[in-house]
Amino acid sequence: MKWEVVIGLEVHTQLTTQSKIFSPASTAFGAAPNTHTAEVDIALPGALPVMNKAAVEKAIQFGLAIGAKVNRRSVFARKNYFYPDLPKGYQISQFELPVVEGGAITINVDGVEKTINLTRAHLEEDAGKSVHEDFHGQSGIDLNRAGTPLLEIVSEPEMRSAAEAVAYAKALYSLVTWIGICDGNMQEGSFRCDVNVSVRPEGQQEFGTRREIKNLNSFKFIEQAVKAEVQWQIETIEDGGKIQQATVLFDPDTGETRMMRTKEDAHDYRYFPDPDLPPLVISEDWISRVQAELPELPAAMRARFESQYGIPAYDAGTLTASKDMAAFYEATVAAGADAKLASNWIMGDISATLNREEKDIAQSPVSAAALAGLIRRVSDNTINNKTAKDVLKKMWESGDAADAIIEREGLKQETDTGALEAIVDEVIANNAKSVEEYKAGKEKALNALVGQCMKASKGKGNPGVLTELLKQKLA
Amino acid sequence: MVEKSIKQLAAALAAGEFSAVELATEYLRRAKAHNGELNAFITFDEDKTLAEAKAADALRAAGNAGALTGIPLAHKDIFCQEGWHTTCGSRMLENFIAPYSAHVVEQCRKAGLVTLGRTNMDEFAMGSSNENSFYGVVKNPWDKLAVPGGSSGGSAAAVAARLAPIATATDTGGSIRQPAAFCGVTGIKPTYGVVSRFGMIAYASSLDQGGPIGKSAEDCAMLLNVMAGFDERDATSVQRDKEDYTRDLNQPLKGLKVGLPKEYFAEGLDAEVASAIDAAIAEYKKLGAEVVEISLPNTRMAIPSYYVIAPAEASSNLSRFDGVRYGHRAAEYDGLTEMYEKTRAEGFGWEVKRRILTGTYVLSHGYYDAYYLQAQKVRRLLAEDFQRGLAQCDVIAAPVAPTAAWNIGEKSDDPVAMYLEDIYTLGVNLAGLPGLSHPVGFAKNGRPIGMQLIGNYFAEAKLLNAAHQFQQVTDWHTRAPEL
Repeated sequence: MKWEVVIGLEVHTQLTTQSKIFSPASTAFGAAPNTHTAEVDIALPGALPVMNKAAVEKAIQFGLAIGAKVNRRSVFARKNYFYPDLPKGYQISQFELPVVEGGAITINVDGVEKTINLTRAHLEEDAGKSVHEDFHGQSGIDLNRAGTPLLEIVSEPEMRSAAEAVAYAKALYSLVTWIGICDGNMQEGSFRCDVNVSVRPEGQQEFGTRREIKNLNSFKFIEQAVKAEVQWQIETIEDGGKIQQATVLFDPDTGETRMMRTKEDAHDYRYFPDPDLPPLVISEDWISRVQAELPELPAAMRARFESQYGIPAYDAGTLTASKDMAAFYEATVAAGADAKLASNWIMGDISATLNREEKDIAQSPVSAAALAGLIRRVSDNTINNKTAKDVLKKMWESGDAADAIIEREGLKQETDTGALEAIVDEVIANNAKSVEEYKAGKEKALNALVGQCMKASKGKGNPGVLTELLKQKLA
Repeated sequence: MVEKSIKQLAAALAAGEFSAVELATEYLRRAKAHNGELNAFITFDEDKTLAEAKAADALRAAGNAGALTGIPLAHKDIFCQEGWHTTCGSRMLENFIAPYSAHVVEQCRKAGLVTLGRTNMDEFAMGSSNENSFYGVVKNPWDKLAVPGGSSGGSAAAVAARLAPIATATDTGGSIRQPAAFCGVTGIKPTYGVVSRFGMIAYASSLDQGGPIGKSAEDCAMLLNVMAGFDERDATSVQRDKEDYTRDLNQPLKGLKVGLPKEYFAEGLDAEVASAIDAAIAEYKKLGAEVVEISLPNTRMAIPSYYVIAPAEASSNLSRFDGVRYGHRAAEYDGLTEMYEKTRAEGFGWEVKRRILTGTYVLSHGYYDAYYLQAQKVRRLLAEDFQRGLAQCDVIAAPVAPTAAWNIGEKSDDPVAMYLEDIYTLGVNLAGLPGLSHPVGFAKNGRPIGMQLIGNYFAEAKLLNAAHQFQQVTDWHTRAPEL
């Protein structure tokens, strides 16, 4: 039987506010345990939550960025359950009326575009952390994270493969970091995915029973976990078993998903509107202001890059993968670099070197202006492409400008025909075989001869001029 | 000295007749001497009291005294007060020393008021008789066989017995007005949102409201000036200009329209209470008030609505008392679940457990619509009733409770009978309106009877004005029990 996979994601994005969602305590990561805690974060008796407007603003930004409905009135609700790292015994979240409803995100898998619709996004607070080491049979509780603002983004079950799930997660990640509402630090838990997976026979309308894989914090794990889960579900059904609704955890060491709890032991969260917080009312003015301040979004920028710079769609897509990369590209062009050459260099040598050194483009030792300085020398034939690659390496290491390196190392390309003629004559004389092949109509032999000329000129010969000279002399 | 009003005490302090330290010392001596028989206070801390009194004297010496600087007051043990035991009447918080202060406590401290001690109360403010305190029942100073009312029974008893000139209190379903009535003193529950709930231990967040209990309306107005005010740390605090609640005290009542809700004077109202209120209404008429009959048709639904909403909120509010971070924790347990179970089984009393269970039930999946949502709809109907009623009059006059104080133990085995005693007070909390209680006489057995005045939103000054004018021509509020 052919099986169809159905996937929906719930993503917890940590919002980049200075203070917590309901308290003035800092959200900074890595402080000594229980030092970033106000009264409400440790749930002292009598402590009260107060809404942090910065968190609301980020939710509005997100809603506008995905073309969703930003609800003018939404309601905070209490989700009640007991756990030691949940100090109040309830989590303040949104239930019936979330701040954002609807919206969509476009993904691209193997060149095929697909729109994934979103169900909702709601504001809520994070819980603290239980620390199980170092306490001799007891658990420690660190409430620094308690009350950190989260935007939980829920998609419709519209993904049909692990690849689509990863593409969606990446597109969402790119968007929330692009608009700056999330720092994207996945190791620190700033972007955590719960993935709902079910399978059904192809052609069947109703969904199969889903299992939810909790807390995946890397794209690689999403892919591995979904694949493992899909395989497990199909095998289970084909072996005559039934899928039970459950929450599971993915173990990266074994590559398997393992049951955490079934629906039977699911909590009754006893949601009800939080009487400590009036409904969240968002004015038209507030929305207009956020809209006006919203940065250009990736899709719009991609289209602009194609038309404004005349670069291919592929280039425009790659360059707008992150806001920093796009900014670097625009700065390079603005500093006088040819648009297509700039794109080639950034997608090529610059990205490769950054990847090798595990750096972000914002940390590139070669600035956009410096790169433009190099590209200008390629455009005006001062150096050829091959030399330019070496110059870039030296720029990377020394921080010097391209012109300084070219000058210092005497790398200026030789374009004087007279000087090059001697080299061409010598190469023709020493490479009888290639000359013969070229004359017999083998165009490729000319490349070999140009290569020999370049070698003889120690890389300084202009390949264009050399080619022309060779052609003339062998005509 | 202890019969002086707040205004008189303030004048005497200003005139240097005695110092804040002398005044606090005298009150402390008296409070400690009688607390054994009355149990109105849970905690005294003489060192802290005297330090505050010295600070008040220093403030005065420096010429920076305010209207209430140096006046002693008692805080209900529900307001967190930094460095003080803050028990909320519960074993759960027996050893809890608050690391921060409630907005109300801060305001009092800034005004130079001197904390005499922390008053007894029903555990987590759940009760109408003060029998639910882990620290023992408070005795009614007028009759030690009688309950003082609740949940602010300690504050009401302390003021009635002249162990404190004035006290803070809270009112979720009548917890200021009913003990004030039972103890023959005056108390006002302001409009919801007037007094910050920051640092006030929550029972039912949408209903809880702090307010003063004093010997007179004037005393209450003066303390309310200190307690009220916008606080950005409470999202339900109302942002409006600071008011002087004493400003209208001396306005004549000529033409004041007093509405009598017929449902409040129907079956169930004790005859002695009814006749004391009749006499008080007659007095108001003499002062120039006009009386109209009004109707609050949904009154009988206040009890079921309240006893769904309040427990629902309480069940969630009290989840934080889990033994993890502070407060009581069971001595021995096997695993997390047992720690929770034993801690909460030991730390909470029966009434608190009853309300947590009720609240958990009404919020449960499948019952929420039938109970919680329905109760919220009723709540809206009750608020609409009051708006229609208040369109016909300036203030509503009503009984506070169907009877005067009952005997200790009389209703403690019958929670429903106890809940029914709250019939006249709950509606005000559900609607968020201000309500005042002042003494209007005594039952034959010598127990005080109070009357309630209910006004529209933010009409505190009007309620205080009416009660103050009444107290200018009557002396119920000046009577003190013999100890």
